[in-house]
Amino acid sequence: MKYLIMMTQSPDDPVQEWTAADVKASWAHMQQIHQEMAEAGELLAAEKLAGPEATKIVTADGASAPVVTDGIYPEAKELLAGFWMVDVDSEQRAIEIAARTSAAPGPGGTPTRKPIVVRPIMDAPPPEW
Amino acid sequence: MSLHTEVEYLLRTQAPQVLAALVRRHWDFADAEDAVQEALIAAATQWPVDGVPGNPRGWLIAVAGRRLTDLWRADVARRHREDLVAAREPAVPAQPSNEDDSLELLFLCCHPVLAPSSAIPLTLRAVGGLATAEIAAAFLVPEDTMAKRISRAKQRIRTSGVPFRMPTPVEWDDRLRNVLHVLYLIFNEGYSASAGPHVVRVDLSTEAIRLTRALRAALPDEPEVVGLLALMLLTDARRPARTGPAGQLIPLSEQDRTRWNQTLITEGIALLSEVLPRRAVGEYQLQAAIAAIHDEAATADETDWPQILALYGLLERMTGNPMVTLNRAIALAMVQGPAAGLAALADLDTELPDHHRLDAVRAHLLDLAGDTDSAIMHYQRAAGRTTSLAERDYLTARAARLRGP
Repeated sequence: MKYLIMMTQSPDDPVQEWTAADVKASWAHMQQIHQEMAEAGELLAAEKLAGPEATKIVTADGASAPVVTDGIYPEAKELLAGFWMVDVDSEQRAIEIAARTSAAPGPGGTPTRKPIVVRPIMDAPPPEW
Repeated sequence: MSLHTEVEYLLRTQAPQVLAALVRRHWDFADAEDAVQEALIAAATQWPVDGVPGNPRGWLIAVAGRRLTDLWRADVARRHREDLVAAREPAVPAQPSNEDDSLELLFLCCHPVLAPSSAIPLTLRAVGGLATAEIAAAFLVPEDTMAKRISRAKQRIRTSGVPFRMPTPVEWDDRLRNVLHVLYLIFNEGYSASAGPHVVRVDLSTEAIRLTRALRAALPDEPEVVGLLALMLLTDARRPARTGPAGQLIPLSEQDRTRWNQTLITEGIALLSEVLPRRAVGEYQLQAAIAAIHDEAATADETDWPQILALYGLLERMTGNPMVTLNRAIALAMVQGPAAGLAALADLDTELPDHHRLDAVRAHLLDLAGDTDSAIMHYQRAAGRTTSLAERDYLTARAARLRGP
């Protein structure tokens, strides 16, 4: 079963203000999860997204010139920071990966408890009707 | 056949035999598999140029055997094991036998120590002779991911110490059931491949049928093997009519039955007629019998629903599977009317909570009962919950049709 496991970040997330040691611990934690999934043959793709500063929002009606605004919506509370696409044996395994990701250490080693979104990818064989 | 295709065909049929011979001699499945892959690559490049050797299998076993020795020599850490193997090695190199070893290989790849997600690719590669890239493409995953998965599966077999031999009489039923389950899953996976924009993919259904045919040839007295083969043929027969030009699902009742493959239907029914009188009825035989009744009906209206209902009743008692109860409710509705079918669904809310198939079947029966509003609601809920794209489109379209223009 394929899942998209998404990590979010809030626009005012002060990752840049973490100490070098905290950043390193967080990175090592993520790297270990990544490595484990890759070696088990579960990982299909993984990407990190650039920050809110590099984000553009485009709206268009197909007739006039599109409206392009910088940054994210001011009212957005969470935005996608990165994702893993995995192919695992069960939903339980996808949730386990998400839980470990959510428990990644933050400042001072305290778990960030970031909400991780787990969504199935549509790839099941259709049934006989 | 060009020399190239001939070589390819030869290699695919020889690969499992060569691997089995090597595993029998050297008992290291993972290394033997790597060595066979390299021998196959060597053959694929040399044979079209130099010609096919007189004894292709002997050639492959010799080359793979040398490669295996090289692998072990190179690995100093494994030196002591190499000594162990050397001690076991017969003084005279074993003559390649013509005996079919691939059955043991199939049982090894479908061993219960492996989860289906590992057993499936391993079986396709070691027994089916498919390349890792082909398997990866069939499951729409990157080649590297599939390579890791196969290598992890081989490691698991190595560390679990599973012996390379046929199951004992005590293990037999469970082990065979596992093999049949893996083959069934491969078949089912292939059934989804017709939808979507996938260009060149190995046809997993065809591959599953090929493997099951070989299994039946090796075990002609196992009724469930025959039953599974019949089920695959009788289901695959409907494939040409099952999806529309855009890959959309066409339900059984609306399929153009002239497009069903009569050759497969005839063969499937012949298999069933051979096996059902043996009175060792199992799950696959029953499912095949149900598929046969659908296939025998020239129009949807001529379907013998009372017989299908009786067969689902047997299957339900045999398996206790709530998905069978779900299908039985449809048959019941066709025989006794939608109210009876809906009543049969009542107990499933606890067994299949939030399952999209329950919503979908309920929607269908509510529609038959004339309760359009509830039908729409359940179709929409089912569409929101399925993880099959083709099915979601189908359910969404059903709901839209009921809502009207």
